[in-house]
Amino acid sequence: MANFELSQNARLAGDVFSGGLVKEPTRDGWGRELVALGAKDRNIVVLSADVSSSVRTNWFEEKYPERFIECGIAEQNMASVASGLAMEGKIVFFSAYGTFSPGRNWDQVRVGVVMNKLNVKFSGAHAGITVGPDGATHQALEDIALMRVLPGLVVLNPCDSVEAAKCARLAAAAPGPVYIRVGRENTPVFTTDATPFEIGKAVVLKEGSDVAILATGILVHEALKAAKKLADAGIDAAVINHHTIKPLDDESVLHYAKKCGALVTVEEHQVSGGFGGAVCELLSSAHPAVVVRVGMQDRFGESGPAYPLLAKYKMDADGIVEGAKSAIAKKSQKK
Amino acid sequence: MAAEKNKLRELKLRANAIRQDIVKMLLEAKSGHTAGPMGMADIYTALYFGVLRHDAKNPKWDGRDRCILSNAHICPVLYATLAHAGYFPIPELMTLRKLGTRLHGHPHRNAVPGLETTGGPLAQGISTAVGLAIAAKMDGKKHLTYVLTGDGEHDEGQVWEAVMLAAKYKLNNLIQIVDYNNIQIDGPVDKVMPLEPFADKYRAFGWNVVELADGNDMEKVLDALEKARALSGRSDRPIVIVAKTLSGKGCSLFEGKYQWHGRVPNAEEAKTALSELDAERKKIEAQA
Repeated sequence: MANFELSQNARLAGDVFSGGLVKEPTRDGWGRELVALGAKDRNIVVLSADVSSSVRTNWFEEKYPERFIECGIAEQNMASVASGLAMEGKIVFFSAYGTFSPGRNWDQVRVGVVMNKLNVKFSGAHAGITVGPDGATHQALEDIALMRVLPGLVVLNPCDSVEAAKCARLAAAAPGPVYIRVGRENTPVFTTDATPFEIGKAVVLKEGSDVAILATGILVHEALKAAKKLADAGIDAAVINHHTIKPLDDESVLHYAKKCGALVTVEEHQVSGGFGGAVCELLSSAHPAVVVRVGMQDRFGESGPAYPLLAKYKMDADGIVEGAKSAIAKKSQKK
Repeated sequence: MAAEKNKLRELKLRANAIRQDIVKMLLEAKSGHTAGPMGMADIYTALYFGVLRHDAKNPKWDGRDRCILSNAHICPVLYATLAHAGYFPIPELMTLRKLGTRLHGHPHRNAVPGLETTGGPLAQGISTAVGLAIAAKMDGKKHLTYVLTGDGEHDEGQVWEAVMLAAKYKLNNLIQIVDYNNIQIDGPVDKVMPLEPFADKYRAFGWNVVELADGNDMEKVLDALEKARALSGRSDRPIVIVAKTLSGKGCSLFEGKYQWHGRVPNAEEAKTALSELDAERKKIEAQA
């Protein structure tokens, strides 16, 4: 048995595996924070594409109807309208399902919002396979790739609702465009207000030396569960929360590549083009190391409940354990 | 009356000078679009030298009317007009599309003073203009937002998304001018994708329509712009001016030919164009 001790600095909830942890979707943290931001700054404006209750922007609408613009089911127009509002000094938030926004309005986001470096903060909701029963058409598994490739865009992927609120708060304060990925599934709230959060700075949740699990989004919690299982099997795994995919925390990735020699990236996204891809791009020239990418293996999803889908596609704790063992095996082959 | 006549003549001469510069720019750049910019020179002249509230010495003046180019591939006419209006030096026009230029093949916001938006991908400009107009309403500001679009651009579904939103929010501070020249890359608009009954579509979508029968007749252009401005104060609907223009206006080689949408004159063709434009200039000058 290896030690399982969480980093004190991470200031996580007492028992991160407790069944008693609050569970709620990351979209809730984001939606609540928009209301709080609206109270502080009259320039905050929120746009909807007919899914406000699904993406929790209806809470802002209830409070500040005069600063809420219902665009109807028109994601392309919404993104370009956002750029016009931002040009006049508004801090614009908009949200729709990730499959449609940025899925349908990538061009509008690219030219109107990102090329112009405007203050538009937009979320892709219902992200990942955990949107479950809605099926493959509605499971956004490519949005990180679509957003990460855009020069100068900040890409955030919170691990729980508390972190999602911090994402919204820091996005509002950050100059320029920010993309935030949020989900619908109830997931454990295991970070706290005291957990460090700085855009571009990965958070060490557990130190380890045999393998490092670099995780992003709601699967960070699965990564912690995997590290516990690995500890029980005598493997000492580090767990790092990469809430910021762009700009990537290069320093942290390089540190664990050197320290552990074996990495596992974990994301609810295609294994190409996303977070794992970003890590590999960095390491290929800076410090080649074994990287096993846990995520969707170049295929589309299907209907089903969230967690059984994660299990089927090996993105749950067991899938991560498998990935970690494979990374360690490859590391020893390399020697 | 004499003052008005003088003003009209000045505007016509300005539009002629802008056309001559467009031809020179395109010859120098060796790529770009000819038909659209030439066809819209009169409307751009009327806007920047007659109608818009703007200040070239203070391009970010908050009280300025916003003027957005949505079909931004016709930017040579915007660049030439801005230079003539004093936003940047006229000789810089010859850097169009060259390495290190501020005058990109499609415009970048703020690359030169007076450039309100980045443009190129069609339909984005009209949506952005809707955002600008909503912001003005929210903040109780009195300026107007003008947006120029193309007829072919209306193939894009996003245009109609923006049109609906503008009507929903009663954006009577938004004036759209459609360059209805009936050409697009693949051929005449009515062959590529018929748009008629165009004005009726706008009426059905809740807009006020001003029909401009000849967007190359300066007097009629001014009249239509004045009508549009008056409507903005009287009604709660957004306004569209459907401006029938002659693509390539000013040179017999280009006029009305869709083939000139995305090609530029060679030295010989430019010579013809400039000589025809110069003859036109002399005619205007001779008018009493």
